Amino acid sequence: MSLIELRDESAGYNGTTILSGLSLKIDPGERIALVGESGAGKTTLLRLIHEKCAADAALMPQNLGLVQALTVFHNVYMGRLDRYSLARNIRNLVWPARNDVDDVRKVLSRLRLEDKIFTGVGELSGGQYQRTALGRALFNPGRIMIADEPVSAVDEHQAREILAAMDSEKETVVLAMHDRALAIEFADRLIGIRGGRVVMDTPSDGMTPEDLDELYRIDPE
Amino acid sequence: MTARPAPSPLARTTSGFLLIALLCLIFADIAVTTVDPWGEFAKLLQGLIAPDFYSTDSLALSMGYTLSFALVGVALGNVMGFLLALLFFSRIVRVGCAFVRAIHELFWALIFLQMFGLSPLTGILAIAIPYSGIIAKVYAEILEEGDRSPLQSLPPGTGRTSTFMFVRLPDAWAHFRTYSMYRLECGLRSSAVLGFIGLPTLGFHLETAFKEGHYSEVSALLILFYLVIASMRIWMKKPLLPVYLIGALAILPWGVTFSTSNIVRFLTQDIVPHPIRAGGENMMANLGDWAGMLLTHQIWPGTIATVQLTMIALIATGFLTLVFFPLISPLLLGRVSRSTGHVFLVVARSTPEYLLAFFLLHLWGPSMLPAIVALSLHNGAIIGHLIGRFTETIQLRVDAAGGLNRYFYEIVPRVYRPLLALLFYRWEVIMRETAILGMLGIATLGFYIDSAFADLRFDRALFLILVTALLNIGVDAISRTVRARLRLQTTLEHR
Repeated sequence: MSLIELRDESAGYNGTTILSGLSLKIDPGERIALVGESGAGKTTLLRLIHEKCAADAALMPQNLGLVQALTVFHNVYMGRLDRYSLARNIRNLVWPARNDVDDVRKVLSRLRLEDKIFTGVGELSGGQYQRTALGRALFNPGRIMIADEPVSAVDEHQAREILAAMDSEKETVVLAMHDRALAIEFADRLIGIRGGRVVMDTPSDGMTPEDLDELYRIDPE
Repeated sequence: MTARPAPSPLARTTSGFLLIALLCLIFADIAVTTVDPWGEFAKLLQGLIAPDFYSTDSLALSMGYTLSFALVGVALGNVMGFLLALLFFSRIVRVGCAFVRAIHELFWALIFLQMFGLSPLTGILAIAIPYSGIIAKVYAEILEEGDRSPLQSLPPGTGRTSTFMFVRLPDAWAHFRTYSMYRLECGLRSSAVLGFIGLPTLGFHLETAFKEGHYSEVSALLILFYLVIASMRIWMKKPLLPVYLIGALAILPWGVTFSTSNIVRFLTQDIVPHPIRAGGENMMANLGDWAGMLLTHQIWPGTIATVQLTMIALIATGFLTLVFFPLISPLLLGRVSRSTGHVFLVVARSTPEYLLAFFLLHLWGPSMLPAIVALSLHNGAIIGHLIGRFTETIQLRVDAAGGLNRYFYEIVPRVYRPLLALLFYRWEVIMRETAILGMLGIATLGFYIDSAFADLRFDRALFLILVTALLNIGVDAISRTVRARLRLQTTLEHR
């Protein structure tokens, strides 16, 4: 029994089709990287996958969706808004409770953001900003991690840390990445997208970045 | 263990203002003193849902007058304001504009009433003069913020007028037009309220109908007024403007005559402080007594009440804005609920606060309560509308929380800064209105001004108006400091 199953699906925005004739199965425990040039449809495919498993998913969208006016604590805490009572949420908005602060701090220490817990996210660097969004996704108890370019704003060392955190915290991980080497290193399955279609779906074992060149070839038209 | 940081400047300012408002509220006179407020309210509601458009033959005519005063007054204010905006580099012009706009239309009307009687000139100037001060400031800011980069690519030696016409004006023009439409809406409200001091506009008939309990007539007058305002974008077309202006000038009742000697006497004698007019050897001592008496018996208590009411109304406006903006926000409500919300906000912001306060005072009896509710309803609806529209630009994550969690975590933190910016921007407006509501019997400065006019003590009235203006200028300065310190900005559309 697979976790997510797409059968001949299409998707698009405002009447234009971006993905078509798409079939895909994802099993629990898989580490999947979507690869392909920008505009190929990776974000749309992630959205489609998210729709199928929204109740059990933690999402890290490309624009990260952090609330500028709030602190790191609040933004991470938002990963569980739907799990906690409204009274608790409002209380934490105004005056964070100790046990909730401790819970959030655990996640942040893993991301080396502990000292920024009460900093407004507007004052963070690009990398810290991205790690805050990851913190929210990790704090979300959903078992499926869906992330769109989660390491685009950090250096390679931090990127490995972030990927390792996802790897150990989440049961299933689906992410879109433009760094081919990292994608091969992290994922156990690569899905290549080109022109709104899945053109490659293969285990990553033994792949080299050059094997993916086909996906980025410029059409000779 | 990281320590909790000190509260942000935004939070500190908010709690400071909350504290001040609470203190003001403790000492405020708030009560419902009428015997049967709900019974009267029920009668009012019955009347409101059964409008009678034939109860008075003057319905159409009073609407015509209301439109005419607004059109001519705003047009004149626009022309003068535009010319003044070009001279805004001059300190004298800036101070002069700040001064004329610090005096409310109704106070201007009371002054002109003494000079021109009920001639249309009174209503036109009462709108045109303060509006020109406001428009000059806004237009000057618009010109200031325009894109200056094309200036560099002009051929050297291009004349100043050509430069202005080709580079600076075209950019600003669209903003001028949008702002003029907003001013016309304000002008319609001002014009309607001018009826309360005797000009033949809507307020005149509303006051009579309301006092006599003819609520069906009140309803008809109000509905007509809302329809005219709501349909403004349909009927207000540029090519039709000359037709409207000529029509407006034609229907205004110019028959009323006024004597030049009256005007001269008012300006050279009536408004001069009484001790100076009387002269004599004790003039200076008498003048001191005169000013001292005004200060202790009128200016001091009037200022306290005005500031107190302003602070309560300011915070109440903030609270109501937080309640009102979700009514039209697509992120929080569905299409059907939103359209009801739109209607409610249009009605609340189209009803002049003076009118609202008048109704509520009639229902609840004299206290500060009607004024607080009227000011916060009207201003909360204005800011709520702008913030509700602002939320349309917010992009939420697909998995963002819903319901109240969304409101508190995703929306309020994002709109809080613009909300405060707009609230502080309207602080001065609220104070100007607070002073005016004194004319309805609440003991703010307007109460003493109105009494002075009624007693024909014009020297006192003018002096009190001067004090009120200075108070407004002071609040405006404080508001600007607060906004600058918190780095709160209002964008062009929000003015």
